[in-house]
Amino acid sequence: MKFFTPKMGAAIALAAVVSLGLSACSSSAKTDTAASSTEFPTANGGEVNLYNWTNYIDPEQLKAFTAETGIKVNLDTFDSNETLLAKLQAGATGYDVIVPSDYMVAQMVTLGLLENVGVASFPNGKNIDPNFMDVYWDKGRQYSAPYMYGTTGIAVNTTNAAANKITSWKDFFAADSATSVDVLKDQTEVVSAALRATGVAAADLCTVDKSKYAAAQKLLEGFKPKVIDSDGGIERMVKESSMVRMAWNGSVHRMSTDNPKIKYVFPSEGLNFWADNLAIAKGAPNLDNAKIFINWMLNPKQGAVATNFTGYANAVLGSGDLLDPAIKADPAINASPENAKLATPTPNCSTEARDLYTEVFTSWTSSQ
Amino acid sequence: MTLDLSLPTAHDDSKAPGKTSKWLAAVPMAFLSFTVGIPLIIIFVYSFLARPSMGVGVIWKLDLTHYVKIFVQDKLDGTRSFDTRYLKVIWNSFFYSGLTTVGTLVLAIPVALWIATRDPRKRILLVFLVTLPFWTSILIRTYAIRQLLDEKGVLGKIATTLGFSDNFQILYTPTSTIIGLVYTFLPFMILPIYASAERFDFRFAEAGFDLGARKMTVLFRIVLPQIAPGIIAGIALVFIPGLGSFLQPDMLGGGKTNMIANVVANNYGQARNWPFGSALSVLLCLITLVATLMISIAARKRKEAKV
Amino acid sequence: MNLLKRGPSTRLVNLRNFPFFSAISYFVLFVLYAPLALVVFYSFNENRTAQIWTHFSTRWYTDVFTNTNVVRALKNSLIVASAATVLSTALAIAAALGLLRMGRRGSTFAMGLLGAPLIIPEIVSAVGTLGFFLFVGIPLGHVGLIVAHTAFCVPFAMLPIRARLVSLDRSSFEAAADLGANEWKIFTWVTLPLLAPGIMAGALLAFAISLDDFITSFFIAGPGSTTLPVYIFGMIRSNVTPAINALSTLLLLVSGLTLILSYTLSREKNQR
Repeated sequence: MKFFTPKMGAAIALAAVVSLGLSACSSSAKTDTAASSTEFPTANGGEVNLYNWTNYIDPEQLKAFTAETGIKVNLDTFDSNETLLAKLQAGATGYDVIVPSDYMVAQMVTLGLLENVGVASFPNGKNIDPNFMDVYWDKGRQYSAPYMYGTTGIAVNTTNAAANKITSWKDFFAADSATSVDVLKDQTEVVSAALRATGVAAADLCTVDKSKYAAAQKLLEGFKPKVIDSDGGIERMVKESSMVRMAWNGSVHRMSTDNPKIKYVFPSEGLNFWADNLAIAKGAPNLDNAKIFINWMLNPKQGAVATNFTGYANAVLGSGDLLDPAIKADPAINASPENAKLATPTPNCSTEARDLYTEVFTSWTSSQ
Repeated sequence: MTLDLSLPTAHDDSKAPGKTSKWLAAVPMAFLSFTVGIPLIIIFVYSFLARPSMGVGVIWKLDLTHYVKIFVQDKLDGTRSFDTRYLKVIWNSFFYSGLTTVGTLVLAIPVALWIATRDPRKRILLVFLVTLPFWTSILIRTYAIRQLLDEKGVLGKIATTLGFSDNFQILYTPTSTIIGLVYTFLPFMILPIYASAERFDFRFAEAGFDLGARKMTVLFRIVLPQIAPGIIAGIALVFIPGLGSFLQPDMLGGGKTNMIANVVANNYGQARNWPFGSALSVLLCLITLVATLMISIAARKRKEAKV
Repeated sequence: MNLLKRGPSTRLVNLRNFPFFSAISYFVLFVLYAPLALVVFYSFNENRTAQIWTHFSTRWYTDVFTNTNVVRALKNSLIVASAATVLSTALAIAAALGLLRMGRRGSTFAMGLLGAPLIIPEIVSAVGTLGFFLFVGIPLGHVGLIVAHTAFCVPFAMLPIRARLVSLDRSSFEAAADLGANEWKIFTWVTLPLLAPGIMAGALLAFAISLDDFITSFFIAGPGSTTLPVYIFGMIRSNVTPAINALSTLLLLVSGLTLILSYTLSREKNQR
């Protein structure tokens, strides 16, 4: 089992992305929930409160969970890690299962907002892909189980000549406003992409060298997107309201399903790799049901159902066989080795660096 | 429903039967001091505290930099300079709210007068039609206008047919935010003006016509001064809440049109800077207060002038 | 204003014909309803992308009614709105009655306080309430939502009640007092029945305001207390399906019915 440091981790993780199909074929994880661990709770009705990103789990899958276990799932949704954090810190005590991203898990652990339930020792804990076991935000998977992971790259509509030429962040930020560019309302993604475009190495994305940020700011000055928003923007790309978009690979998969002219670009300077996790909020009222839910989601079949809906890869061994062929064949998700090498983890920076990100982002948004 | 905020104060005949103790009002007043007053105090206090290095909320340490940060920018080249970024947001709030007030006023005066001069039966129906949108959710109405303005929607199709296809873009521009604001606030302007106009004796205007005045002269010299209380109430009901608009710029501005409320929400959300968000909230409250005072002074002056 | 006595409404022919007034009015009415009509229209579109019409279908309505989370959000909205309506109307009655006996200064101050939620930007009271709950340790949930909603519903509920109260004919009270009724009896047998139309109007307005509230609910809704507007906002953000249109149509219907009810009640009052 390797130590998953931010620097080297992504390469390994992305190797997992690449080998998704392969590893899935070779491994044959057992999924018997009733077996193994003696202390693991058994389903006994009741309910579980799930707090998830919008549009990030198949409603049918939740129905299936209820049908199998008799546990009712109450779903509430949020739109950013920060909203999730704010609600938890503001004393929202009723959430059971929450879905924070990598860096947010790390912060929540530090802040004591998560239950240490020893996820790795769950009956289905053995199905967690070893590459996702010793991640920097949760070494040995005590607090969280992997949910979906992916990259943040560029979606382009290939029928638009200007859009089709985009191969890098540099091209992306230089795109003519007539091309209709949309971008994520995400400070970390926008500023790190701008830093990459101005030549900052992946390992250096948390630099506190102000001149680097000044260069990124200068690059962003001329960048006038049509829409800056925090959702996946799937609909706008599908109906061709915009031709280019900073986008998550899974949402691009969903776009291309509805509009085959859309493809995913891995920017040549590199791109961010992120991983979302299932965790249990401190003081969860339905702790046992939360454990049962997470364990159930680590079942290869459920991992596959989740991936087939969201379009993102999962880290559940054995789910590969059950994936949609379209997902396995999509180079956005099942990346080529060259593309996989481009991805590095989303920088988890110090407050000092984060304030510089904020400075660049605020300046840019207010100049729109 | 009436939107007349300035009800006559009843004469104080405290011994008349059927009049309960004035202390009855103490209960709701205590409740509102608690639920409205304390949050305001909290915001005020938060705006002078420091933020934690991780997580949200505040830490109990005095920090006076938040107000400074609104006006001074620590630039990346190490220099400090006057910051226009938040001033622009404040200006946006004034400008958009002001344009909305003017826009709704221009549309509402003719509509209110027109309705007031219909037959009583028809009037009821028309007032109902204007009131209905007032009762429906701003969220849904903003969403509705977004659908309408969509470049691939009805308006986009019309524009394409007319040959504007290449650069047709209203949605996600400041224009669409203003359209959305005018659309959502229109009933707030029509209803009070109508309430005034309904009470207006149109024989004044008749007298004007008899004296041979032109229609426009009658409108500006006789009708408008008579419905001025309604206009002032309408301005109050549009301009003041307009300053604190959040949903319309959020849903129609494409993330580029920011008013103060959007920046406050962002600091309480993604940017995770509650103290700075609180400082901006205090500023928004002050601006609102000043606007309210100015409008009520205008209303009082008018009243005095009339006497 | 007293130059001419007000007579029966004889509307002047000339005034009916201010240039463009009727054209502007028809245009405004069209503009007010066109976007809403579009939402209703799209809600019957079978296609997943709302703006691309394929054919008539009610599938999105089926979608809405079978979605347990929509139903749960609706239930939350109704619970919060009903509770806030009852509480704010009760407070508003007390406020209106109390105000009647206050001096000029006192009532100006009281009106300022009671009307504060109308003036204070909602975003400020929303984040302030969030900070307050965090500070005091009130968990985010139904109770907090009801308290916050009650606060901003009070002025809305109070306006019609107060309007009714000041227009009441005092003679009924005096008659009751002459017949020997005490203050409490006068209140329950005279004041309340006479105030009823105002109370109903105030309660309905409070209900509509609470049901439609977004900003406050967005900031202070907790686990399991997501209200319908907050849920719809999430749907709009991610643009999931035209189910948003179906849901919006249903909400428009509820608002319309509430208003019709309020109108019918106030017309009865006028005819009496």
